[in-house]
Amino acid sequence: MQNEQDQILDKITSGEYKYGFYTDIEQDSIGKGLNEDVVRMISAKKNEPEFMLEFRLRAYRHWLTMKMPGWAHLSIPEIDYQDQVYYSAPKQKAKLSSLDEVDPELLETFNKLGIPLQEQKQLAGVAVDAVMDSVSVKTTFKETLAELGIIFCSFSEAVREYPDLVKQYMGSVVPFTDNYFAALNSAVFSDGSFCFIPKGVKCPMELSTYFRINAANTGQFERTLIVAEESSYVSYLEGCTAPMRDENQLHAAIVEIVAMENAEVKYATVQNWYPGNKEGKGGIYNFVTKRGICKGDNSKISWTQVETGSAITWKYPSCILKGDNTTGEFYSVAVTNNHQQADTGTKMIHIGKNSRSIIVSKGISAGVSNNSYRGLVKVLKGAGNARNFSQCDSLLLGDKCGAHTFPYIESANQSAIIEHEATTSKIGEDQIFYCNQRGISTEDAIGLIVNGYAKEVLNKLPMEFAVEAQKLLQISLEGSVG
Amino acid sequence: MSTVTRNIALKDQYISLYREKSGEISANSAPLMNTFRKEAITRFASLGLPRKGSENYLYADIERVFSNNLEKNFSDRKISFNIKEIFHCDVPDLETNLLLLVNGRFYGNGKMLKKLPGGIIAGSLARAAIEYPELVEKHYGKYAGRSDDGLVALNTAFAQDGIFIYVPRGVKVEKPVQVVNIMISENDLMAQHRNLIIADEDSEARIVVCDHTLSAHRFLTNSVNEIFTARGAKVNLTRVQNEHNGSSQVTHSHCLQEGGSDLSTITVSLHGGFIRNNVYVRLTGEHAENHTMGLYLTDKGQFIDNFVYIDHAAPNCFSNQLYKGVLDDFASGSFNGRILVRRDAQKTNAYQSNNNILLTDDTRMYSRPQLEIYADDVKCSHGSTMGQLDENALFYLRSRGIDYREARLLLMFAFAHDVIQNIKVDALRERIDDLVDKRLRGELSRCNNCAMQCG
Repeated sequence: MQNEQDQILDKITSGEYKYGFYTDIEQDSIGKGLNEDVVRMISAKKNEPEFMLEFRLRAYRHWLTMKMPGWAHLSIPEIDYQDQVYYSAPKQKAKLSSLDEVDPELLETFNKLGIPLQEQKQLAGVAVDAVMDSVSVKTTFKETLAELGIIFCSFSEAVREYPDLVKQYMGSVVPFTDNYFAALNSAVFSDGSFCFIPKGVKCPMELSTYFRINAANTGQFERTLIVAEESSYVSYLEGCTAPMRDENQLHAAIVEIVAMENAEVKYATVQNWYPGNKEGKGGIYNFVTKRGICKGDNSKISWTQVETGSAITWKYPSCILKGDNTTGEFYSVAVTNNHQQADTGTKMIHIGKNSRSIIVSKGISAGVSNNSYRGLVKVLKGAGNARNFSQCDSLLLGDKCGAHTFPYIESANQSAIIEHEATTSKIGEDQIFYCNQRGISTEDAIGLIVNGYAKEVLNKLPMEFAVEAQKLLQISLEGSVG
Repeated sequence: MSTVTRNIALKDQYISLYREKSGEISANSAPLMNTFRKEAITRFASLGLPRKGSENYLYADIERVFSNNLEKNFSDRKISFNIKEIFHCDVPDLETNLLLLVNGRFYGNGKMLKKLPGGIIAGSLARAAIEYPELVEKHYGKYAGRSDDGLVALNTAFAQDGIFIYVPRGVKVEKPVQVVNIMISENDLMAQHRNLIIADEDSEARIVVCDHTLSAHRFLTNSVNEIFTARGAKVNLTRVQNEHNGSSQVTHSHCLQEGGSDLSTITVSLHGGFIRNNVYVRLTGEHAENHTMGLYLTDKGQFIDNFVYIDHAAPNCFSNQLYKGVLDDFASGSFNGRILVRRDAQKTNAYQSNNNILLTDDTRMYSRPQLEIYADDVKCSHGSTMGQLDENALFYLRSRGIDYREARLLLMFAFAHDVIQNIKVDALRERIDDLVDKRLRGELSRCNNCAMQCG
């Protein structure tokens, strides 16, 4: 039986990354390297107002004073920041007014990825902002949303059209001094999505951004900013893929969410960057800073992530629960296989009274990968009756992988209740035997068990994504050795 | 002064102290222990003092504690008072073989090594290193020597004496061995002692360690314990930390367990201004069992930091960590537990639990229960809670006529008893139950019979 399982595992893990193609499209990029001139050039290319350039330069100068942090449970080869291209964009005509003008190659790319912009526009009812290599290519459904007063556009457009909003909120949740990669991103980010939901508006459809790294040696540095005004609601999706390349590529993004009184923001990610080949060659370094602030009372931010890709994943989508009665949620499934490494989790900072947070993290490791959960729950003195519950489970498939749990729990309030529990185990032989006995093959049984294990998190995803995520899990793991 | 330069200045201070006093240190110790000093001070020079904010010392400000300019004494100085008069253990019915350690040096009234029934050797480590060099050499520095903690290196460079306990093969010690570790001085004092406990194959021993301060001066202890449990050996070690609030204590326990051995340590921290307990356990043989437990009751400005590292290097082992604490006033505490399951340590069962009750909004508690697992066929779990007493339980008790204060005390006592019930020495367990009860009521500032009424 062991043998059979090994074979199944081999078969599955040798499955190729199916989004690994490369689109031959005309690129407008600058040379490798990073200095003040590059930062100025990026800003100039984007026709940015003066305050943006100032922001970038301050961030860049701050970045120069920083060192790359080394505390994570990851082994990261040294990154040569001068060997990266910091700006690369599909060459396009001055401005696009309709989808027909989009480069057909580009449309083909997104069709291959399963995001037919055209179709989605008509059928699925999901507004999509597609970002390739750093630049937002096309945003659908803009007009319909505009009727409700919702702004959903690329970040550079927002900088031009709504500079006051950008000025007010950019960097208010993740300042450029926050960490090494946040500083780098703030200096060189090229585009991203901007979303503003006005007071009392419930966004009628899912908003979605699709990120794709296409060009070689290019770092992707995008920035997403979501502002939900009083009593508004929005559900936001993010997906990502990249071509297969032998070199590692850097992805250092920032996501900021601001939720005012009674507002609710749901943010879901299905991360499927190229994870590198079986020997661990190539793949994306996914070093992202994601943070939301529940600024007003009764607001709610929810993070859901399915992490299956990237050679190295290093991120902690966090919630600052500033208002009273605020809620923060974090649901995560992180899968590592082959030589992948992940150090991911969340931070819940309780500042307001009666603030609540829940953390559900499911780690699955296979191959020779290492998968760590690292999470902080911090209750400040004024956060009376704060409540947290964390559950972090790890599933080990194979005897050469590692699963680790590093929670940090800090409390300075006597009425706060914090609970944390974690388990680490493998799939029970009795469970597989039970399925076998009922005519379910070992491969299907493991798929069933892994899916059941991750269900608690997958259920939190919007429907379209849940299907995709489930498929991804199947590809990544189904049939692993119990 | 910036924090970096402070750290270097402190380090240099200890290194030059060593250079200046190394002759005196060696003259009052054993040749075997002296052979380790040179390498240790070089190691300390490269490691330095642990810095607050580093992963292993995230919350404990070691630099602050070690920068107090306390007197260090490296010569055998006569103590001008009779210990027996000022101190006697107040645990009723506790019959033990008593070993006294005064300011880090063995106090034996001329008798430095005792031979107890069954061939047990107990007494001064320095004397043991002279009389039984092969035995000590086999173990001394073998377990703590692997540490990358600068404080262990500092101890190895400076330690002159400590307790030595050897239990020969197959011997079961009926009477517990009690080590009373006393700090008493006419000045503020720093002591660094070293204990070595060897339990040979299939032996059994119960050891009680009590830490006391008998004068109101400021004390700092940096002690290292090395514990070796051979195949099939069973060791039960209970430590009661009851020093005054002006004292600081850093303890390092480095334990190695062979197959089938069973080591259980329980640390009850009742008082102390600054306490940091490091416990490192390596399970190197199959079917070894480890229990590491702790109870801490802190108030006022006390700080307690427990750091536990269980290294499962062999398959089929079991480990269990249980740490519970009650924090009052503006006390702060930290728990850091780690389970490491190495690649081939299949069928490991490892558990870890940390529960805390915070009584005021000025207390602070940091908990980091961690798992690092590289084997797949294991059962590992951990849990951590922070909160207050169960409202329903309180209501239940009050509805049966027990007043609010008493009901709270009852629940806290039950909470603490979870740890205490694991103490294997009956008389001591009852005594600690009693002490904890008093401590929770705020009636205990020290052991009752002690002459010193401090803190």
